[in-house]
Amino acid sequence: MRMPRLTAFLTATAVVVSAFTLSAQAAEEVHVLNWKGYGADEPWAVANFEKATGFKVVNDFFNSEQEMLTKLRTNPGLYDVVMINAAFNDQAMAGKLIQPIDVSKLSNYADVSKDKAGSPMLNHDGKVYGVPWVWGLTALAINEKSFDKPPTSIAEMWDPAHKGRVIIRDDAVEAVQFGAIASGQNINDIKDMDAVKAKLTSLMPQIKTFWSSENDWNQMVASNQIDIGTYWSGSADRAKTHFKLPVSLVIPQEGAVAWLDAFSIPAGSKNVAGAEAFINYMIDPKFYVEWVTKVGAPVSANTKAVAALPADAFNRKVMGSPEVAKRIQFQAPITDEQREKYLALWQELKVNVK
Amino acid sequence: MGDQLATGSRRGLKPALPLLLPAYLWLTVAIFLPLSAMVFFSFMTDLPLAGKEWAFTLGNYAAFFSQSLYSTLLLASLRLGLEVTLWCVVVGYPAAYVLAKVLKGRSREAIFLLVILPFWSNGLVRIFSWAMVLREGGILDTALNAVLPFKINIDLMYSYPAVIIGLVHSYVPYMVLTCYLTLQAIDDSLLEAGRSLGASRLQVLKRVIIPLSMPGLIAGAALIFVPVVGSFMEPRILGGRTGTFYGTVIEDQFVAVFNWPLGAALSFILLAVVLIILALAAPVLRRAG
Repeated sequence: MRMPRLTAFLTATAVVVSAFTLSAQAAEEVHVLNWKGYGADEPWAVANFEKATGFKVVNDFFNSEQEMLTKLRTNPGLYDVVMINAAFNDQAMAGKLIQPIDVSKLSNYADVSKDKAGSPMLNHDGKVYGVPWVWGLTALAINEKSFDKPPTSIAEMWDPAHKGRVIIRDDAVEAVQFGAIASGQNINDIKDMDAVKAKLTSLMPQIKTFWSSENDWNQMVASNQIDIGTYWSGSADRAKTHFKLPVSLVIPQEGAVAWLDAFSIPAGSKNVAGAEAFINYMIDPKFYVEWVTKVGAPVSANTKAVAALPADAFNRKVMGSPEVAKRIQFQAPITDEQREKYLALWQELKVNVK
Repeated sequence: MGDQLATGSRRGLKPALPLLLPAYLWLTVAIFLPLSAMVFFSFMTDLPLAGKEWAFTLGNYAAFFSQSLYSTLLLASLRLGLEVTLWCVVVGYPAAYVLAKVLKGRSREAIFLLVILPFWSNGLVRIFSWAMVLREGGILDTALNAVLPFKINIDLMYSYPAVIIGLVHSYVPYMVLTCYLTLQAIDDSLLEAGRSLGASRLQVLKRVIIPLSMPGLIAGAALIFVPVVGSFMEPRILGGRTGTFYGTVIEDQFVAVFNWPLGAALSFILLAVVLIILALAAPVLRRAG
């Protein structure tokens, strides 16, 4: 109860205070808003970028797309670069939260794969509102200790053998789209909501808890509390490469949700030149290869960056294979009505679990 | 007589004003203004940010009554509040009695410090410590299995009991402190008089100690019940899939889906329900006291 009031108060003051401090903000700073531990805040990357360009990177983080939009709305002019899932680009543009990007200033933009750069989700009225960065899957990941042989079907989540050892993300859209795949439907055009609901209802008793950040997921595996759960491909890679956890990604035969993450420049950015330099650095093959090798990452949208990986790298061999491409479904934008419907369903499921 | 009193208090008010001013100024700025803003938000269709269209509506309050989801959750939260308060009485009252009547000097100070200690640590740290203790293969599980001759499996994490344990730990100091103050004020000679007049220990407890310490019990219960009904952090972290409560849904509206108007409306409905419960309970409790 105290929290909402406090949040409101803090937000109100933050708006007022930021209005004063912004004018004093040094122009050399590049304020970046992204998920925590998602490339842009890697210390070596920040150091390389700062050394090459002279700009200073200030990172800030969000835990959900809605929180990211909230931060953009309540702190106009604070951020210079924001990482937005392409499915939310529409909403950010319609809310006048982001501005068109002059891609001629980005030397690496020409190498971004044409189908991603030309995505209608990122281009509006002939202007570019988002630079494709990486793409990946919301698929399954397993605790290798619990399986002799990786499963191939999404039905594994419903196997009574894993009762109380399954985890999914506390996110209405992701849960509903996962239910759509499990019931054999198109995630962007769900015709049979009852089937989705039935699938998810029967999944609830299997679930241990909901995760909201990579850290949650990794800790559950580290303490051997889960067998299987929904996870992001880049995060699974990172859990294995960087945290040395027994995690491997499974792309079920029924399919998986694919997403495209892109960088945008918020409206009112005080340092557009710095933002352009930072985005260009983020899509650079050199940064990407280092990111994959040192930490683990999703698949770059830059074709030259993917080609620079070893031929047997997961992000090149598996994610790039035409067989996988056939199975995955890219997320399209979601209307507010759909989102509210999904949220209502998700909340109902969570309440009925008691 | 009444006139005299009135003028007396009026005269007393003027010099007191500079003393009251900082407190009232703070209340106005930190509580009254944001709260008024929230009342305003709760009647709006959307927040007036980024030039969005908005209008006045009662829809946010109607949402509470049109979907059984919210009333189910509110009942679950009220039950949680009652259970946590009850456990705080069970755990806190005897501790307060021992502190007030049995222990003296150094040992009292030491125990007192232990009771207050949770107040000095960050709430999140406390909750995550519980997570380490309660989970399967955690501290409690390992310790019990090391001592007991047979194998037991303790996995309280992500369950309703875990939420209760976490909340009781966070709030029991309120109960200890309020009860301690009233218990300490009870004159020992009253207890001795009761005993010398032939009352058993139990009768002394029932007829003398509990009635005299009732104000402390009530104050403690109110201090615990109200925040627990709206709690969201403990259920979210310790409750797992069973951790959806009224407070977490309000938090979702503010943090996850950016529906401040609905979140504000739900908050005020909770406030109203809590006030009604306290108002209904007041005469009963006053008679008991």
